[in-house]
Amino acid sequence: MMRQQIRRVAAALALAGTLGAAQAQAQTAPPDDSLYRALGGLPVLQKVVDDFMANMLADRRIKHTFAESNIERVKQKLVEQFCQLSGGGCVYTGDPMREVHQGLKLSNADFNALVEDLQLAMDANGIPSHTQNRLLALLAPMQRETVSR
Amino acid sequence: MKNTIKGGALALLTTLSAPVLAQMSDAERDAWALAQQQKAARAMRAGAAAVAAPATPASSSQPTASTAPDDRRWMPDLGKLTATGGVIQVEGAGGGGLTPWALITGYGTRDSYGANAHYTYLSTQDYTLKSYGVAVGILDRVELSLNKQELYGSLAPLADLKISQDIVGIKLKLAGDAVYDQDRWMPQIAAGVMFKHNNGIGGLGAVTSVKQLGAASDAGIDYYLAATKLLLQESLLLNGTLRLTKANQMGLLGFGGDQRDRYQAMGEFSAAYLINRKLALGVEYRMKPRNLAADHEKDYYDAFLAWFPSKNLSMTLAYVALGDITVYNPKRQRGVYLSLQAGF
Repeated sequence: MMRQQIRRVAAALALAGTLGAAQAQAQTAPPDDSLYRALGGLPVLQKVVDDFMANMLADRRIKHTFAESNIERVKQKLVEQFCQLSGGGCVYTGDPMREVHQGLKLSNADFNALVEDLQLAMDANGIPSHTQNRLLALLAPMQRETVSR
Repeated sequence: MKNTIKGGALALLTTLSAPVLAQMSDAERDAWALAQQQKAARAMRAGAAAVAAPATPASSSQPTASTAPDDRRWMPDLGKLTATGGVIQVEGAGGGGLTPWALITGYGTRDSYGANAHYTYLSTQDYTLKSYGVAVGILDRVELSLNKQELYGSLAPLADLKISQDIVGIKLKLAGDAVYDQDRWMPQIAAGVMFKHNNGIGGLGAVTSVKQLGAASDAGIDYYLAATKLLLQESLLLNGTLRLTKANQMGLLGFGGDQRDRYQAMGEFSAAYLINRKLALGVEYRMKPRNLAADHEKDYYDAFLAWFPSKNLSMTLAYVALGDITVYNPKRQRGVYLSLQAGF
């Protein structure tokens, strides 16, 4: 009975390992523009970023973090960044994320508030949830470069 | 206001010291300029906050600019993303429906705390299980839970059956972050312990203790290690939990038994597809030991739909299969699982 159970656990772990390997492979594959196209390309990204910034500037949790920012420039850099990450062929010309955010002493709650504002902006532009999540998967690791508190 | 003056003075000083820049190398100059910018920005922010502060009477007596964050320091921050605290499982820990996960309950980030109360109602052909309790998540690191389970029978000879048990749980997040580590294979990992105490049996005449049904003890401890991986790329959440246990039917029929009285490792698995931010559809499978002659215990499984209308409320509806609970009623028990959770 015990051996049978061990075998069942081993089979499940093997399955989990396969899933992990598949994910690692997906991450090393050459970049494609399928996410960029799914998001709707540059016109939609620009509208998303417009709404995203409007949401953040109206969000009492994080609006103060933009007190010193050139909003138009930030929006331009965000469009570049989202376009580059999603495979749209743009080049992000802004400063490194760590440098831009280090003085702000952002918390995980601040980071997540930003994510929520982005989700609402993507909702408003009709981007389906699974496409939103694909973009968020690329943005989430930036928590390590932007959160310093 | 003092800070505004300080900010102005700093700006003046910056202007006066500009000629010195000529003697610096390019790299030094850049670094110096950046540092000055940041210093000025901090001073400006502090000044702005100090100016804004008198508008709120409560904080006007405190002179420093950091009053606003300080005022909120002890408030729950509701800072985690919707659904990323999971729900409370049937033994009171943060997880899915049947299985504890590595997620810490509630919406408090690592700088705050959260808590949830739940009421879970599970009804099969011949039994009803009620489970209710509270769980607290501290610093998104530690989870403490208190839970009570009550099992009722509805079919003779177990029509008057009532068994209850208390479960105290503690869980510690050890490594990884389910949400942020999207570029890593590493899941969020947590270790947990459940202290369980069976309060005895009612409605079975002379049988008042699980020991009379063959259990070796009416108290036991489960140890588990859980790994939760959120694959945002696929909108999937996967969880695997390894539990060391002696519990019969989670402990409702005691711990250890006439067939076996030692710890065994049981695997528990969950997979959920995130339909959107408020809806998750998933399945779970939970292996179980078989320690009692009076109970041909079966693995549990379920299919669930969890709905998160807000960070303060969630509802989980599931179809659940528990197998036959005792040899006295060989019918495989299947039914509905409904769980309500409220918290922050």
